Amino acid sequence: MSTPLLSIKGLTKAYPGVVANDNVSFDIGEGEVHALLGENGAGKSTLVKMIYGLVKPDSGSMSLRGAPYAPPEPRAARADGIAMVFQHFSLFDALNVAENIALGMENPPAMGDLAARIREVSETYGLPLDPFRTVGDLSAGERQRVEIIRCLLQDPKLLIMDEPTSVLTPQEVEILFQTLQKLRSEGTSILYISHKLEEIRTLCDHATILRLGKNVGECTPRETSARDMAEMMVGTALKTPERSGREFGEIALDISGLSVPSPSEFGTSLKNVHMTVRKGEVLGIGGVAGNGQDELLAVLSGEILTAADAVKKDGQPVGRLGPVARRRLGLLTAPEERLGHAAAPNMSLTENALLTGSVREGLESNGFLKWAETQAFAERIIKEFDVRTPGPENAARSLSGGNLQKFVIGREVLQNPDVLVVNQPTWGVDASAAAAIRQALLDLAAKGTAVVCISQDLDELMEISDTFAALNEGRLSAPRDTAGLTVDEIGLMMGGAHGMEVAHV
Amino acid sequence: MIVLEKRPQPSRAWSMATPLVAVLATMFFGGLLFAALGKNPVEAIGTIFWEPLFGEYAFYYRPQLLVKGAPLVLIAIGLSLGFRAGIWNIGAEGQYIMGAIVGAGVGLAFYPMEAFYIFPLMVIAGAFGGWAWAMVPAFLKVRFGTNEILVSLMMVYVAEQLLASMSLGLLKNPEGFGFPGSRNLQSYASAHNAELIEGSGMHWGVVAALIAVIFAYVLLNRHMTGFHIRLTGEAPRAARFAGVKPARLILFCLGVSGALAGLAGLFEVSGPSGQISIDFNVGYGFTAIIVAFLGRLHPVGILLAGGLMALTYIGGEIAQGSLGLPAAAIQVFQGMLLFFLLALDLLTNYRIRAARKEVA
Repeated sequence: MSTPLLSIKGLTKAYPGVVANDNVSFDIGEGEVHALLGENGAGKSTLVKMIYGLVKPDSGSMSLRGAPYAPPEPRAARADGIAMVFQHFSLFDALNVAENIALGMENPPAMGDLAARIREVSETYGLPLDPFRTVGDLSAGERQRVEIIRCLLQDPKLLIMDEPTSVLTPQEVEILFQTLQKLRSEGTSILYISHKLEEIRTLCDHATILRLGKNVGECTPRETSARDMAEMMVGTALKTPERSGREFGEIALDISGLSVPSPSEFGTSLKNVHMTVRKGEVLGIGGVAGNGQDELLAVLSGEILTAADAVKKDGQPVGRLGPVARRRLGLLTAPEERLGHAAAPNMSLTENALLTGSVREGLESNGFLKWAETQAFAERIIKEFDVRTPGPENAARSLSGGNLQKFVIGREVLQNPDVLVVNQPTWGVDASAAAAIRQALLDLAAKGTAVVCISQDLDELMEISDTFAALNEGRLSAPRDTAGLTVDEIGLMMGGAHGMEVAHV
Repeated sequence: MIVLEKRPQPSRAWSMATPLVAVLATMFFGGLLFAALGKNPVEAIGTIFWEPLFGEYAFYYRPQLLVKGAPLVLIAIGLSLGFRAGIWNIGAEGQYIMGAIVGAGVGLAFYPMEAFYIFPLMVIAGAFGGWAWAMVPAFLKVRFGTNEILVSLMMVYVAEQLLASMSLGLLKNPEGFGFPGSRNLQSYASAHNAELIEGSGMHWGVVAALIAVIFAYVLLNRHMTGFHIRLTGEAPRAARFAGVKPARLILFCLGVSGALAGLAGLFEVSGPSGQISIDFNVGYGFTAIIVAFLGRLHPVGILLAGGLMALTYIGGEIAQGSLGLPAAAIQVFQGMLLFFLLALDLLTNYRIRAARKEVA
């Protein structure tokens, strides 16, 4: 076998209290698409940061085409032909595409030449992009293309991609995959980080699986089932959520003709949204983040008030009611942002239990707080939702993301809502906690609660929802039965591939 | 290289210890300052902290501690409620003046009638005066989104002009031989906020300050409004999600702090000061901001901080007299106290760690 492009031997990196990478070794061959697979917190990000020169390993070594490789900083890594597309983009909204790309270059050429090169690369690799468009107007998929083209202009030998598809519609994912396959055929190696197993099975030649910082196995994704890979990732057998009975009652939540301007300048306004959810039904709302999800949740939680008739619960107009009144009526919500929105980071879990539980759990009388009852409620959430924490007196921010999410969802579920709306309920949560949260939502629906689940994770929505609708630029598509929906149809509901028309300029 | 590392939880020990460490650091660096001015630092620090409590003339200074401390605590308690919620009332000095003017005005309107209800009416009027003055920034913020810091601060200067106008015009003592200033309320029994125990310094303002401490403690720890105040300060978005109405909270916090500052002004004008005069206000409203932070915005902490601040005031005056320290040096000394407190506050949420650089 020929010398691998990049060979990693025994990389170890420890942070106070946690070993992020423990003796990790693997090779990436020339022209290979190598998947790095693992749950949140498995150490994927630390590992690629070491390869990209952002973090120095405590021990271990790397070699690039046989020569020792230890980049002191990202600039050195780029000089050696290693490029990286980050999960979070670093682009200036007010500048255009070419200006943004010029900013990241050591010696940017004249703007006209750069634009010509951007056009050339974008056509060669099928990444439609107009160099003179303002970045602020681009969709998430288009922004990602800016980052990819920025990397491709350096002619990299190894392209690192960190969770690239989390912001894309299925059609955009397809375009991306074609690009990556073209790159591979030209001999570029790709290190592809993801926890989406089906993607990895379609795209990658080889996979390294990390769990708790250790390399726990390798496989050839095409020959391994998604389930097997998931179990290697998690380390235990996975339980698929189950539900019994799909009988729906009367309409519990009814939104009609809802149009709301976004309160924030960079938000998305909701435009003429219609939807109904019946008792016992799970409505899944898909779509790329930033298409009105936060606004929809705020409209339902009562943080944004609307015309009274626009939102009805059990036929009763609630559009003018604030969050407390809606909770009293049994309409509960769990926002996406855990720290700072669903929970106050520096406050204890007991205080955070009070945050939404005061009305329905009777935790106050005449404005005076019942701390003993509140603590008991917090303890009940911790126990029933298996929240890992020494006790309810601990601050919310001391919990890991998954544990806090279990707490936040548990807090609403245990209040026996008539209608529960959750936004990205399993975002950043490990697979077993995610399964527990989904199961809780299904159990709630089985008891007759109307559940609205807003999520970017299509697999999740296919798994738990009865009906599916997609948010695209503040518009909600007509809901469809989930059974029988194809990926293509979902993609079209999500607005297809953004900005495709630019492709053939 | 030194790095700051965020603690997973705020450190309880440090949050208790920082005020003490800040006081010690102020003593040390204040001592250096006094030494630079050519004074014996040990003697200067000793004069400031020891003389008022245990010195030869302590019998005179101890009551003064209550007289100076009470308005500071009363105002600081009110301010701390707003500060906890991120509502910054910087204009307590103006509300203090307005409480005094309105309260004294009501009392003087009855002159020379003697009746038991005059003083209670003055108390209500004083609270109303401060409340109304604080409602100006509150209303402008709620209605037009103005910055309450600027508006409340500017209202102080308006209040000061009004105070001068009152001393020279409407409230001027008709029997005052043309001197500016109102009648002296100390010689009007029904309106006099007299000492409750002769020679103790204990007047109604001290009682009100203690009640305010208890009220604030119960509010913050046992009541929904207090929870909402804390929640708004910690996580404004979570507070809206919990159902807090920001406008209502702004009106409540500014209203309470204005009313308490007004009360402090009333108790001062009807007691220790005695009359409305051009130089009636001496900066309690601003010093109370320091007291509020020195007490970590905690009611009991504010009580202790108010005492400490009163001590530096009185001790500072003694040091000016007996050691010839300039008044500015005392103010720098008090400023140091706030500086060190805020700087050391960092240790509650962060730990300092020596670390080698990650990237060469």
